[in-house]
Amino acid sequence: MVERPTLEAIAVSHFFDVSRPFLQRVFTGEPRRRLRAVDDVSFVIAPGTTFALVGESGCGKSTIARLAVGLYEPSNGDIVFENQALSSARAQPAMRRRMNMIFQDPYASLNPRWRVSDIVAEPIRAFRLATRPNEVQGRVGSLLASVGLTVRDGIKYPHEFSGGQRQRISIARALASEPDFLVCDEPTSALDVSVQAQILNLMRDLQQRLGLTYLFISHNLAVVRHMADRLGVMYLGRIVEQGPAEAIFRRPRHPYTRLLLDAIPDLEQVGRARTPVGGELPSPIAPPPGCPFHPRCPLANERCRMEKPAHVTADSVQVACHAVEEARDG
Amino acid sequence: MPGASSVSRAWNSDMAYSFRTSPVALASAAIALILIVAAVFAPLIAPHDPMDVASLSLMDSFKPPVGLPDADWSNLLGTDNQGRDVLSAIMYGMRISLLVGFLSTLFAIVVGVGVGLLAGYAGGLVGATLMRVADVQLTFPSILTALLVDGVITAALPGTMRQALQIYVIIFAIGISLWPNFARTVRGSTLVERNKDYVMAARVIGVPSWRIMLNHVLPNVIGPVMVIATLGLGQAIIAEATLSFLGVGLPSTQPSLGTLIRFGDDFLFSGQWWVTVFPGIALILMVLAINLLGDWLRDALNPRLR
Amino acid sequence: MPLLEVRDLTVEFPTRHGVLRALDRISFSIDAGEILGVVGESGAGKSLTGAAIVGLLERPGHIAGGEIRLDGQRIDNLAAEPLRRIRGRRIGMIFQDPLTTLNPLYTIGRQLTETMQTHMRLSDTEARRKAVGWLDRVGIPAAAQRIDAYPHEFSGGQRQRVVIALALCAEPALIVADEPTTALDVSIQAQIITLLKDLTRDHGTAVMLITHDMGVIAETADRVAVMYAGRIAEIGPVAAVIRHPAHPYSDGLMASIPSLEHRVNRLRQIDGAMPRLDAIPSGCRFHPRCPHVFGRCREQQPELLDAGSTRAACWLHADG
Repeated sequence: MVERPTLEAIAVSHFFDVSRPFLQRVFTGEPRRRLRAVDDVSFVIAPGTTFALVGESGCGKSTIARLAVGLYEPSNGDIVFENQALSSARAQPAMRRRMNMIFQDPYASLNPRWRVSDIVAEPIRAFRLATRPNEVQGRVGSLLASVGLTVRDGIKYPHEFSGGQRQRISIARALASEPDFLVCDEPTSALDVSVQAQILNLMRDLQQRLGLTYLFISHNLAVVRHMADRLGVMYLGRIVEQGPAEAIFRRPRHPYTRLLLDAIPDLEQVGRARTPVGGELPSPIAPPPGCPFHPRCPLANERCRMEKPAHVTADSVQVACHAVEEARDG
Repeated sequence: MPGASSVSRAWNSDMAYSFRTSPVALASAAIALILIVAAVFAPLIAPHDPMDVASLSLMDSFKPPVGLPDADWSNLLGTDNQGRDVLSAIMYGMRISLLVGFLSTLFAIVVGVGVGLLAGYAGGLVGATLMRVADVQLTFPSILTALLVDGVITAALPGTMRQALQIYVIIFAIGISLWPNFARTVRGSTLVERNKDYVMAARVIGVPSWRIMLNHVLPNVIGPVMVIATLGLGQAIIAEATLSFLGVGLPSTQPSLGTLIRFGDDFLFSGQWWVTVFPGIALILMVLAINLLGDWLRDALNPRLR
Repeated sequence: MPLLEVRDLTVEFPTRHGVLRALDRISFSIDAGEILGVVGESGAGKSLTGAAIVGLLERPGHIAGGEIRLDGQRIDNLAAEPLRRIRGRRIGMIFQDPLTTLNPLYTIGRQLTETMQTHMRLSDTEARRKAVGWLDRVGIPAAAQRIDAYPHEFSGGQRQRVVIALALCAEPALIVADEPTTALDVSIQAQIITLLKDLTRDHGTAVMLITHDMGVIAETADRVAVMYAGRIAEIGPVAAVIRHPAHPYSDGLMASIPSLEHRVNRLRQIDGAMPRLDAIPSGCRFHPRCPHVFGRCREQQPELLDAGSTRAACWLHADG
């Protein structure tokens, strides 16, 4: 049990209304449609650690990222920031300052019409961490330096920088409010491999130096392996396996986790012949009944088709799978 | 180019280069500039003052333009039925036309961009309603809308104030007829920008919505507005000329190009064609130059064509 | 004789700031039935190489030198019409985004039959029968019914399968695939890679597989060419390049990829970034970032030199 977790999600669910426009529904008599992006998700993030959420498109990890930083309020359940409800925490600037976010797309995450120094200074000004112009500039300069850029880069515009450099600017902006908690939404997915290595190293250095807590969202298990202390594997809005990263990588239990690990092309296995699991990612609007993974699961039985599995704990890892519960997973 | 001054950076930018190398853009800009200077400085450089009744003499009436028999070099383009110099009248008239054109376009921009930003950022019922209003208005030709607004307000004003306020009513009417174009474009661009991560980054730290709209979104949606504004200016000038030609525009004490065309129309077929044709040519030149500049601007701002 | 032979291929882009050389004397070959991976980071020129080979360079880019030979015959200097005939019949293409490759207004059956009938003499019934066969072979369930469906009725992974069928249906000798799996989810990627590998082996089709994902190359390719700033840095059998890279760039690249097997404290990183086309360093293009740089690297640009089981453009291997 973590004493004072930085962030805790308690049975969080979130729906999006994806109904057709009102007039159209009047004519066709269609009911409202809801997309369940997040389904009963719970996790705890201890201070100073990295918790990663992994999954493919449509699994809900991006929605959780936005819920965790307070951009939306969950339809059901609670999100708690340092033992205080997130929504009330965000209403106080002193608390709101302590959380921030890094985004995936280095090209869309910086305002193309603003100079870099203004971009990085925005949180400083918004939270009045400094008011006199030379104080603000001083902070901007040291923030840029801490991410490997120079003070002179401040007068330039974003389009003058490469993808990796823009991501550094994004990190500098996120650090400008002196946060304790950072939500990182696929921060390196749009970057080349060698640039990714630079950014991941930078992020780990900063975490050590500043004692940051990360919620790290990614679809790349190898990156997650490098960054995460604990991780959760998501499928169609649910966490299907959750626990210490080492334990999960050493012995993945949920069939989907195994599928993911197996599907990743691995450098160290040149020319491997493999039998990939078939099936498509189902649409989150009409998920299959019972366990959402059952159509693609090699271990699915009747119960899986009808009943959603609850979480069972095995060796500090929580798994939502009937086969694991029934010890059928071999 | 690090270290280069702002001026040299602007001179070397893609847009300035495109301007320097386009003969059409250069020619239109030159013509527009000449006409604007003539209009702005009319009181200083016009050869005569067509409004000064005391200086008019019926002896000077209907002098033809230079090149025809009985012409006079002091009236390059001839005179009208009361002896007013056509060239001077055109310069003063252009002044009014441009003034009304600029102000009504400005009004349309302020209203249109404001509504577009609000509709795009707020979305939902508010956005949908605002856009429906714009759509309904767009089903009418803009000149009709201007006529309608002009007529209604003029009728509502007490007779004594009509003449004095007429110019403001015209500006308002034309501005109202043009705002939907700006609103639709800005709303479309706002919808795109609103979902970008830099807007979300501002929301995460709690920047209020109005500030995000003005400081973050507005600078990024203003580009296409410049193109529409240029073309809209041409539309506004033509609209004012049309209203004046129809007799419901500016009073004859402040004649614009449209008013001049209307005056001279009576003499077109009795041989004194210059009274109406020259103001017409001036109007065409002005609007053509503006439209061509607008075309160049649209192409220069289009990233795909570079 | 190799199926595809590229020799000293140079691609340039005239801009108002001067001529930019995007590809500088690239040379490589692909044998019939072989899968060559072309790997590199953004800006290295790998997509441009593919585009140059199929004759789809975007203006104002153009081939400024070198030659491309298919089965011994030059294809880089052909006129538009003969080139179009070769494209599709003898060279098939797979691009990254299946949504833009497939025409949304036509059924996939129509797109398949049209492609086949353009390049082969087939009656309508024969073409349709073959189309159903292809859909079946790429793993579209209920092919005989789905053949009349429109692209938007398929999922992303299925669309890419249709694209593969489209590329293969005219039975080309070579397929140029540019990032065929990048837009797909990991679990679907695996299916598509396996499909591509199996089908091309069955038909003896050669493949030029362009991607930034080394893992995909490791699983699929026979040989790999590593590109850097418009040049080939290293070329050789896949296992050799991955396990014993001879060029410092390939070495750095392999080492910076996080491993699934174990966690390290710090990923090995290559400092700096790939040079922009208007700021290419003198000598070896990689020298400003190279941990083993010495005098000659700064002055002379190396050609591909023998480095054991691979060839690397690096002066470290100058004396064999």
